Amino acid sequence: MSDTAHTAHEAHGPQGYWSKYIFSQDHKVIALQYTGTALLVGAFGMVLSWLIRLQLGFPGDFTFIQPSNYLQFMTQHGMIMIVYLLTALLLGGFGNYLIPLMIGARDMAFPFLNMLSYWTYFVSVLLLFAAFLVPGGPTGAGWTLYPTQSILPGASPGSEWGIRLLLMSLAVFVAASTMGGLNYVTTVLQARTRGMTLMRLPLTVWGIFVAAVLTLLSFPALFVAGVMMLLDSLAGTSFFVPTVTLFGQQLAREGGNPILFQHLFWYFGHPEVYIVILPAMGIASDLLSAYARKPIFGYKAMVLSLLAIGGLSFIVWAHHMFVSGMNPWFHFWFAFSTLIIAVPSAIKTYNWVLTLWKGNIHLTTPMLYSIGFVSTFVAGGVTGLFLGNVIIDVPLSDTYFVVGHFHLVMGVSAILAIFAGIYHWFPKATGRMMSEALGKIHFWVTFVGVYLIFFPMYYLGFLGVPRRYYSFDAIGSLPSSVGGLNTFITIVALLVGAAQLLFALNVIWSLAKGKRAEANPWRATTLEWQTPTSPPPHGNWGPALPVVSRWAYDYSVPGAREDFIPQSVATTPAKGTDGKGQR
Amino acid sequence: MEHKTQTSLVEKEPGSTGLRGMIADWLSDQVTFRVPWSKAMMWIFLVGDAFVFGTLLSGYGAARMAAGAPWPNTGEVFALHVGGSEIPLLLVGFMTLILLSSGGTMALAVAYGFRHDRRKAALFTALTALLGALFVGFQGIEWTNLIQEGARPWTNPWGVPQFGASFFTLTGFHGLHVTIGVFLLAIVALRAARGAYDKKGDYLGVELVGLYWGFVDLVWVFLFPLFYLF
Repeated sequence: MSDTAHTAHEAHGPQGYWSKYIFSQDHKVIALQYTGTALLVGAFGMVLSWLIRLQLGFPGDFTFIQPSNYLQFMTQHGMIMIVYLLTALLLGGFGNYLIPLMIGARDMAFPFLNMLSYWTYFVSVLLLFAAFLVPGGPTGAGWTLYPTQSILPGASPGSEWGIRLLLMSLAVFVAASTMGGLNYVTTVLQARTRGMTLMRLPLTVWGIFVAAVLTLLSFPALFVAGVMMLLDSLAGTSFFVPTVTLFGQQLAREGGNPILFQHLFWYFGHPEVYIVILPAMGIASDLLSAYARKPIFGYKAMVLSLLAIGGLSFIVWAHHMFVSGMNPWFHFWFAFSTLIIAVPSAIKTYNWVLTLWKGNIHLTTPMLYSIGFVSTFVAGGVTGLFLGNVIIDVPLSDTYFVVGHFHLVMGVSAILAIFAGIYHWFPKATGRMMSEALGKIHFWVTFVGVYLIFFPMYYLGFLGVPRRYYSFDAIGSLPSSVGGLNTFITIVALLVGAAQLLFALNVIWSLAKGKRAEANPWRATTLEWQTPTSPPPHGNWGPALPVVSRWAYDYSVPGAREDFIPQSVATTPAKGTDGKGQR
Repeated sequence: MEHKTQTSLVEKEPGSTGLRGMIADWLSDQVTFRVPWSKAMMWIFLVGDAFVFGTLLSGYGAARMAAGAPWPNTGEVFALHVGGSEIPLLLVGFMTLILLSSGGTMALAVAYGFRHDRRKAALFTALTALLGALFVGFQGIEWTNLIQEGARPWTNPWGVPQFGASFFTLTGFHGLHVTIGVFLLAIVALRAARGAYDKKGDYLGVELVGLYWGFVDLVWVFLFPLFYLF
C-alpha cells in the first residue's frame, strides 16, 4: 500500500507555529478552524435575521431598512445559514474532528487536501462578503437565486456583481466541500482501525458519512447551475432567460428555460437539507444513548434509515416546485416519494424515544440539547407531511407556514444538535469543561424561544401571510392580529439572539477558567474519549492504534463493573462469540 | 432488559456465499475496497465528476427542448470543405479518433506500469499526453472556425442561441478536463521517466492518471453522440 505514511507515527512529529496553527494538516486544528469560521459567519447571519425581524415586527420604524436592503438581508441570511454555517460546520467542523478520532485513525486519509479544503472554504467566505462591498450590494433574489429576477439588471437588488460574486463563491465552496467530502468518505471506508467494522461505527460517523456522499453527488448540480447562470450573467448566454420584457423593453434574449434552473437547484437543494440534518441525527443518536446510559435502540434500523433518507433525497427535489408551472404529472411522483421519507424519519424518531425509555437519564446540557433536537425535528417534520401533499402545498406555498416548517426541521434542529455536539465535545477539543449552569440557561431560553418564534409562523401561514414580503400593508385580507404576532416574534427573536451571547461567554469563560477535563468526563464508550489526553496529541493515539472489539453502545451491560464499556476494551469470549468480538 | 452486545446487518457468517454472504463480508472487513486510499479517492471523485457531466448533459437536453425554434443541423455546422465537397463532422470525427486512441496508449502505459517497465510506461504516458494535447489543439481550431463563422455564446448564424451556448459550455468543460489531464499526464510521464515510481515501488501514479483519462474519454463517448450526432 502506498499510503503507509499515516501508519507510521513519525509522520506526526513536532510542528512549527505556522504548520501547527495556520496551515495545519492536523484534522483537529482544521476542524477548529472550520468551526470558528463557520460560527463567526453564522453570527453575521443571525444579525441579518434580526434586521429582517425588526422590519417585520416594527414596520417602518427603522428607516435604514429599505425594501431592497430587506431582500438582501433575507437572501444572505438564508444562504449564509444553510451553506456557509450549517454545511461547513457539520462536515468541516464535526466531520473533521470526529471521523478520525471515532474510527481510530491518526488523521484524515489526505491531510494536505484537508488543509486545502479549509482554505478554499475561507476564500469562498471572502467572496461571499466581497458582495457586500460592490456597487448594488449582494444579491436580493432569495436564497434560491431563481432566474430571471436574479440576473436581469434592475430586476432585483445586486443582480449584477452581487449575484456574480455569490455564484463564484458557491463554485469555490463546492470545490472546498468536494475536497472535504472525498476525504471524509475515503477515510471512513478505508482508514478504520482494526476491528472497527462498518456496523460498529458510531451513528455520528454514519450520519456524517452519508452526508458526505450526498455532498459529492448533489453539489455538482449546484456547480453546473451556478456556472450556467454565471454565463447567462457574464457571457450573454440564455440558458435560463426566456423572452423577457423588462421595464417595457424586450431584451435581446430568447428561448431559455428558467424551470431548468429550479430543477438543477433543487436537485442540489433537497439533498443539501439532508446534508445538514443527517450529521445532526447521528450526533443526537450518540448523545441520547450516552446520557441515557442505554444502548441505542435499533442500531441496524438507524443505519438503514440514514441510508434510506440519503437515497430518497435524490428523488424528491421537485416537491419544492409544485407551484412553478412544471408538468402536473410530476406532482404525483414527487408527492409520493416525498411522503415515503416519513417512514425512515419516523423509525429514527421512535428509536430515539425508545432509547430514552427507562434509561438512566442524565439531564446535562448536551442531553437537553439532544432531546430538544428530537422535539423540534418532530414539530418541524410533521408539517413536512402537510407540505408534501400537493393539494395542501399549493395554498401554503410561499407563506410563513413554509418558513416555520424548514426553520424548525432543518435550521433549528441542526443548530440544537450542533450545540449538543459543542457542549459534548468541547472538553475533548479544549481540555476544559464548559459551565453547566450557563449552558442550561442558554438551552432553556433558546429552546422555548425557538418554539415561540416559529410555531406562530404556522398560524401566520394559515392566515396566508406571504414570505419574503417587506410589508403586508397592501394585503387587505390579513387580520390586524398579524402585526401584533409579528411584533411578538421579533421581540422573542431578539431575546433568543441575545441569549447566544451566553454561549459565547461560556466558551470564553470555559477556555480560561473552566474545570480541567479528564480524558473521558462523560464516561462514554466511543473511541475519541479513549485518547491518552484531552485534547488528543498530534497523531491522536500515542504509539499504538486502538483495537476495537465491540459496538459503540455498550452502556449498562449487565454484570459489567461500570455502566459503560469503551469500544477498545476486549470482549471476554462468551457463548456464541469467537472471542474477537465477532458473533 | 435484554442486552445485545453486537449487531450485524445480516445473520450470515462472513465468508458464506451469495448476496448476503457478500454483504456480511463487506460489513465485517476493516477496509471497504482492497485498493490504496488514493485509488479509492480517485474512483469516488470520478463518480462525483460524472454527476457534473450528467447534470450538464441533462441541462443541455432540457435547454434544447425548451429552445422553441429547431436545433441547427450539426452535420452541416461541423462540416469541412475538402476538395470542393462538404464532409460532415470531419474534424470532430478525427478528434474522436485521436481521443479514443489515447485511451489505448493510456491502457498500455498502465499495463507497462504494472510490469515496472520504466521506459515503456513513461513513453506511453507521454504519448497519451501528446494525443491529448493534439485533441485540445484541434478543439482550438474547431472553436476558431466556429467563432469566425459568427458563433458566440449568445448568438450564432444557424438558429437558436442555445446552440452556441451549449456548444461552448459542453466542449469547454470537457476541453478543460482534457487540458488538466494533459498536464497531469506530462507530470506523471516525467516522474516515471526519472524513476520516481521505481523508487516508490509501485506505478500507482500512472494508474491514477489512467483512471482519470479513461473517465475523460468516456465523457466524450457520451458528449460526442449527444451533441454532434443527435
